[in-house]
Amino acid sequence: MSGPRKVRLSTTPTPEALADLRLGDIVYLDGLIYTAREGVYMRALEERANIPMDLPGESAANFHCSPAARINEDGSYDLGAVTATASFRFSKWIGEWMAKSGAKLIIGKGGMSAADYKQHFVPNGAIYLTTVGYGTGALLGRGVKGVRDVHWHKELGLAQAMWVLEAENMGPFIVESDLAGNSLFERENDKISANLDKVYEGTRPATLKRFGETDDRSDELIG
Amino acid sequence: MIPISTIQSTAEVLMDKAAIEIPQDYLDGLQAAADVEDGDLSSFVLQAMLENYEAAKEDRRAMCGDTGCPRWYVKMGNDAAVEGGMVALEAALRRATANATNGVPLRPNRVHPLWRTDHDNNVGIGAPEIEYGFEPIGPGEEKADWIDLITVHKGGLFGTDYRMLFPSDGIEGIKRFYLDSLVAFGKRGLACQPAIIGIGLGGSKDTCMVLGKRAACLRVVGSKNSDPKIAALEEEFKELGNSIGMGAMGFVGKSMVVDCNIEVGYCHTGGMQMSVHAFCLSSRRAVARIHGDGQVEYRTDPDWFTDYQRRETVEWEGHAVLEAAE
Repeated sequence: MSGPRKVRLSTTPTPEALADLRLGDIVYLDGLIYTAREGVYMRALEERANIPMDLPGESAANFHCSPAARINEDGSYDLGAVTATASFRFSKWIGEWMAKSGAKLIIGKGGMSAADYKQHFVPNGAIYLTTVGYGTGALLGRGVKGVRDVHWHKELGLAQAMWVLEAENMGPFIVESDLAGNSLFERENDKISANLDKVYEGTRPATLKRFGETDDRSDELIG
Repeated sequence: MIPISTIQSTAEVLMDKAAIEIPQDYLDGLQAAADVEDGDLSSFVLQAMLENYEAAKEDRRAMCGDTGCPRWYVKMGNDAAVEGGMVALEAALRRATANATNGVPLRPNRVHPLWRTDHDNNVGIGAPEIEYGFEPIGPGEEKADWIDLITVHKGGLFGTDYRMLFPSDGIEGIKRFYLDSLVAFGKRGLACQPAIIGIGLGGSKDTCMVLGKRAACLRVVGSKNSDPKIAALEEEFKELGNSIGMGAMGFVGKSMVVDCNIEVGYCHTGGMQMSVHAFCLSSRRAVARIHGDGQVEYRTDPDWFTDYQRRETVEWEGHAVLEAAE
């Protein structure tokens, strides 16, 4: 078995390099990566704080992550494992963030919806890379050759701070969306769903329903 | 009397071991899943995870960057005593959690739910959780003066759910909620499967959650419930989960459940509470027994669910009760 194709990719990728990627390719990254999740998005987009990096010049790779790391008293950093957090929660900020930061690679856990890809990623020429597992924290930690900087850690805490990581052959990541906005996860979901009716045979829905999962206020718990 | 310094130093070692060393029972279970997995992408993911465990051990770095929520289970033999008492023990476990967060390092995950205050050490209000169990003197034991310290680092966001079912829902309803939970959190791999699935049945809402979580985190892969009919259900549910057609990361495959553990508690006569929990690809647990003489033995099997923990009725017909009656 040959397995999936493996690709090295810069964190400031050319449009041609991105166009060449196919869903399911395995990617290893070289260059600067920065972490940004709810803390950074809220600070940069809602509080309008100045982003403390030159984006996308220094890096076009936004990692939904906070590393297992510490800042030593002498100001140096020790970084252990690196694992992503689930990206779907950042849908409300991602379009504005990409417009502002010029990010071409959004890296995280679990991808986002194809609707998000079509609305936000495609116009910005960006793709989504998912981490593997989850998570290969030790392997990704090995791919970080150094910590360039940690911004906003006093304001946001270590887990929400903007970590700037020097990646060298850092991976594996999997190409989850392409420039056309297709999603690998949704493609796989469709294949699996086709089999589910059979798996569910011999089961029955719960007698007591749940209220509030639709906006229909006339719903009842029974019936 | 167990010295408090032994409690704290042992707890720090446990935090380190849990974060870095995948337990052998889970590793064997995952290897077995990898051996039969034929989905292209799922296979790649499982191989990457196996490499990741090796890398973590070689580098002595955490296997997963998301530390989850470190917590403690403390089981005490009936004759155990700790220097400074249980308040000192709790303080030692909190200190060990903070020290190891900075030392390994682990990710400081714990924040205030509203103000998002972060002490950068995984300690805060109610964090880490510390739960207790007690054990009578065992056969052949002179004194149960030991303490088992167990730490579990379980992911905190996805893979767990609760539902109030009723006797009329029956096994079909239990299967339905089980499948719903696996499919819902399995898509895109949010549950970080293949996982040890723990199911709690009965109790009250809170104890149902506790039972399911303990079934996932405190029983090893390959263990069976002592009730043979429940053990048969565990086997059936494992196979059912692996027949969904979903593997690691929600890719097409057949490895969803490394093992399925079910624990039960007596519930209200009208109800049949159910909870489902997924202990992930980084099933982090480590155990140490500290004996009364201060000796420490490390292991990975919490051995939590003894006959005593599952006792059915009023009297415990064990050694301790007989002695007390003499």
